[in-house]
Amino acid sequence: MALRTFVTRKSLGGLGLGLQQLRGLQTFSLPDLPYDYGALEPVISGEIMHLHHQKHHQTYVTNYNKALEQLDDAMAKGDSSTVVKLQNAIKFNGGGHINHSTFWKNLAPIHEGGGEHPKDSLGWAIDTHFGSLEAMVQRMNAEGAALQGSGWVWLGVDKELKKLVIETTANQDPLVTKGPNLVPLLGIDVWEHAYYLQYKNVRPDYLKNIWKVINWKYASEVYEKECP
Amino acid sequence: MAICGTTLNTISVFRWHWVPIYCRSNISPCQQQRRELRGAQRASKVKAYYGLKSPPYKLDALEPFMSRRTLERHWGDHHHDYVEGLNKQLEKNDILYGYTMNELIKVTYNNGNPLPEFNNAAQVWNHDFFWESMQPGGGKMPMLGLLKQIEKDFGSFTNFREKFTEAALTLFGSGWVWLVLKRNQKQLAVVKTSNAINPLVWDDIPIIGLDMWEHAYYLDYKNDRGEYVNVFMNHLVSWNAAAARMARAQAFVNLGEPKIPVA
Repeated sequence: MALRTFVTRKSLGGLGLGLQQLRGLQTFSLPDLPYDYGALEPVISGEIMHLHHQKHHQTYVTNYNKALEQLDDAMAKGDSSTVVKLQNAIKFNGGGHINHSTFWKNLAPIHEGGGEHPKDSLGWAIDTHFGSLEAMVQRMNAEGAALQGSGWVWLGVDKELKKLVIETTANQDPLVTKGPNLVPLLGIDVWEHAYYLQYKNVRPDYLKNIWKVINWKYASEVYEKECP
Repeated sequence: MAICGTTLNTISVFRWHWVPIYCRSNISPCQQQRRELRGAQRASKVKAYYGLKSPPYKLDALEPFMSRRTLERHWGDHHHDYVEGLNKQLEKNDILYGYTMNELIKVTYNNGNPLPEFNNAAQVWNHDFFWESMQPGGGKMPMLGLLKQIEKDFGSFTNFREKFTEAALTLFGSGWVWLVLKRNQKQLAVVKTSNAINPLVWDDIPIIGLDMWEHAYYLDYKNDRGEYVNVFMNHLVSWNAAAARMARAQAFVNLGEPKIPVA
């Protein structure tokens, strides 16, 4: 029977316990922003970036770790009903962690290339699939504005069909919940906390402006990896 | 002739059967709308099926617990946009036009497969209910019959409050938390719903509603939902409104014989 412990992989390494299978529980931590909180001004205020990163994302990370710990515990005890009960918390908090980690990379200050239009294969794919970058942006903005409640709007690529897609997901559901082959290239957070302090209820203004700080370089890298 | 109902509570709405317009707006009474006869040529331009109802207090009356700024945005923009959105949708829809609000919500909910009008209709109702679930100088405890019923169904008021707070804090995404009287079980319960859903769709009777969409608290409390819920419970919730709704609910749900002391 596999012996499970709450030991991180780092400390396991030096112990040389080859005979028994040890299952380490990986804990997650808040990734750093690749730029200052105020670097995306005036598109997204420093106050929002600070709260969004330090409070919201951190809460998802904390609760994700907690849920995973409880899951590990329940699995060890064979407590199926708890295992199943925890799935919602894992999807929500884990999804929140995944989505926001991608989101920070999706944004870049203007002086670091934020907003610069995609070139190469991604730019070409967008033109082929949507007609033009403007058309794609318009569609994404329309979907984002129409989303009721909380959620995300995504530009993704189907890695099997090699096609670009625009999708929305509710709450913190990652893009993969809309299709197992979908890989996110760009995600825009349309939860109210992402824009309310600055744009208040005018979500369309937020969506219009965020394109000025979108990091197309990252999106192109991901695209080229999936569709070489 | 049009009728203007300033409704005493949002659950019932008056309607003349042969005139499709009824205005619930406190702002502009009966002179406002042109008449419209069912099936006749539509009057051009201004058409209002529902009006934006003002909260029963001034927008700064809930300070410092809910700021005027929040009320101005929440009521003046969000709630207003839901009303406008709903009116626009009803303009294009001959079937849904003419329902009472309660009927409209149930019909557009469509048993879990909501029609596009549902979000607007339900949110209009939800926000009317929400403003009336609060009052200046609110909070504290319910009294008499309502308190007894809460104690009966939750064990104690503290337990109810814990359950209510827990529901609010474990809600994922946008939604609402309700104290509701369940018709079938004839019991009070705490229920949380997503987005625009409310207990009317299950034919239950809401007694108190709390908006947990981020726009309801973000300007005042940022992401500190716990504080928002506490403040609501301590200083905002209107047990008077709850008692009135409870009294009305007992016309529909038999909660048992009253205890009349024997002389």
